[in-house]
Amino acid sequence: MTRETAGLRAPTSEPGADVVPTGRHAHHRRRIALVVAVGLAVLAALCLTSLAVGARGLTVGDVWQGLTHPGDASRASIIVWDLRMPRTALALVVGCALAVAGVLMQALTRNPLAEPGLLGVNSGASFAVVTAITLFGATTIDRYVWFALLGSALTAAFVYVVSVRRTHRGDQARLVLAGAALSASLGACTGIVTMFHTSTFSSYRFWVIGSVADRGGEVVGRIAPFVAVGLLLALLSGPALNALVLGDEQATALGARLPLVRVVAFASITLLCGAATAAAGPIAFVGLVVPHVLRRLVGVEQRLLLVLSALVGPALVLAADIVGRVVARPGELEVGIVTAFVGAPALLALLLSRRAA
Amino acid sequence: MTDTTRSNLPTASPSTGFPPTSFLPAGHLRCRLPGNRSLLVHRRSAVTVAVAAALALLVATLTVLTGAYEITPGGVVSTLFGGGSGTDRFIVWEQRLPRAVAALLVGVALGGCGAVFQSVARNPLGSPDIVGFTTGAASGGLVMILVVGSAGSQSVLVGTVAGGALAAVTVVLFTLRRGLGGDRLVLSGIAVGAMLAALNDYLISRAPIEAAETAKAWQYGSLNAIGWRPVVPLAVSLALAVPVTLALARSLRALELGDDAAAGIGLGVTATRVTALAVGVFLAGAAIATAGPIGFLALAAPQLAGRLSRAPGIALGPSMAVGALLLAVADLLAQRLLSPFQIPVGLLTAAVGGAYLVWLLTRAPRREGARGAR
Repeated sequence: MTRETAGLRAPTSEPGADVVPTGRHAHHRRRIALVVAVGLAVLAALCLTSLAVGARGLTVGDVWQGLTHPGDASRASIIVWDLRMPRTALALVVGCALAVAGVLMQALTRNPLAEPGLLGVNSGASFAVVTAITLFGATTIDRYVWFALLGSALTAAFVYVVSVRRTHRGDQARLVLAGAALSASLGACTGIVTMFHTSTFSSYRFWVIGSVADRGGEVVGRIAPFVAVGLLLALLSGPALNALVLGDEQATALGARLPLVRVVAFASITLLCGAATAAAGPIAFVGLVVPHVLRRLVGVEQRLLLVLSALVGPALVLAADIVGRVVARPGELEVGIVTAFVGAPALLALLLSRRAA
Repeated sequence: MTDTTRSNLPTASPSTGFPPTSFLPAGHLRCRLPGNRSLLVHRRSAVTVAVAAALALLVATLTVLTGAYEITPGGVVSTLFGGGSGTDRFIVWEQRLPRAVAALLVGVALGGCGAVFQSVARNPLGSPDIVGFTTGAASGGLVMILVVGSAGSQSVLVGTVAGGALAAVTVVLFTLRRGLGGDRLVLSGIAVGAMLAALNDYLISRAPIEAAETAKAWQYGSLNAIGWRPVVPLAVSLALAVPVTLALARSLRALELGDDAAAGIGLGVTATRVTALAVGVFLAGAAIATAGPIGFLALAAPQLAGRLSRAPGIALGPSMAVGALLLAVADLLAQRLLSPFQIPVGLLTAAVGGAYLVWLLTRAPRREGARGAR
């Protein structure tokens, strides 16, 4: 009973604030604390590993040496600050953006399989970027990030229109299939454009497969404002998302202003996916895997999911990037390939468990 | 499913009475064959086949007559009848003609295999693209080209058929508990397809640069620079497989009524299904080994053919003819759109076909097949 009360009150008031903590609540809180603690520890360890692992391995001592002596001409310092720090930071920002966008999309479409990569939003952004570079010569991220936002906005709007028309559960597959078809179509268009202008795109191979390598130090700074605004909007819409997932009628009854919530969440998805794709190319499955794992661990409170996915998403992308550096020595495997290897079986497992399908 | 098909079943009107000659279902023609046999033909399907085949031949002719190389259509015709210079003969006989023929044949194969797959799955979305067959075949081919290191047409054929069949079987195994009609088929296909696509990217990124370029060009699906060598085995395979497929049409039509009904009218259900799948896999493998995995054609051709012919149930013949027409047009566009750059035709079909599927999904009401298992 107490749980139900808390769930219903969540949209309008602090959850559990006026509910006497029972044993289950205390257990739940401990669990959340544990997830946060483990998440932070893993993330820190991954950051260190990401600085140390690569074509040239560094010991922890080297990394420390390099970290504490920025601007030093030593090899460790150059590797750490010029090569691995930018990609680590980029992986963190991109992972954060994609995972939060996944939570938002699943709540907005009420479809547990919704995900910006799977539904074509990232493909839309990357096609827009490629078009912008070809037609308008927008070769710096400052300029093409706007096109990425436009592309992700258009595809997100499309996905939303499709999902609104099919609200009942049986149509989950239809939305995913429409997204996959859209994704395939836009991917093929991107392929045609990049093949046609091979010389222009020789350094932009990551717009077919997502990658965080060799993007330079300034890229993170350029997309950070967009991601920050996107995250802020996501957190603002959090309370109302709890109402939204219950269905339109119930959400309205609970006092949520649905059009406003939808617009805010939509803007947030657009900013997060557009910025992430402009920086790293299309990366799929992060927004699918992270919310599902978290839901199993901490339940369905949307604000909690949003905050924790901003912690677990970066860990997943960073781990994928490190794995990509290790498994294909001396070359590297793009992070988008690794997330697909992790995410596609996760999607299958979801389908096989009765909960989703 | 049964609701829609029942209305299309042949019905004898009570007034005409027994003589079987009056047992003609609406929209059908009876062709008298020698030996006191007759063949029931769906009129609109026959017209669709004729028109699509004529248009396909027209487009193929256009492909042969025109092009980047400076030669007049009259010159092409005289070259075809033995005239022209050595270069003319090379361009017309060794480049344009095999390419046009290959486009037609691959289109026939893909249209046919799409129709068979969709019919067996009793799901209008159960095409090779969606059940993971196409991506699996690409993986198989890439393994042959990059890992085994033999790019010959036979080994690629073996690789594509094995890879495609393996992927499709995996997807089907994941969906068996709920039946093939359900959404799970589609979703598992997408999941397995995504995994295999990642595998393909991995294989290509691990290969030495020259092999990677070959493999990449093949992976997109393209008829660029195709000669007679791969076309001849394809033609032979189709000469064998197409009659078998057409002969299966009646059994497949019965199978679409449901296993029980099909068994009730005396059909060997499992045997029919296995034969049909084998033929479908063979057709897809032959097409993919020739041109690489060409996306969404096997999905779109039967859909369009069904709409055009309004045939009750499976439209095998129209699917093949429409497939040939679609690929002939797509290849002509792929050659000319950004000339002199040659777009791999597979990318063009994926771009257009994907958009077509999106359009189908967003506007049409939920189809019966997808509801089947629910």
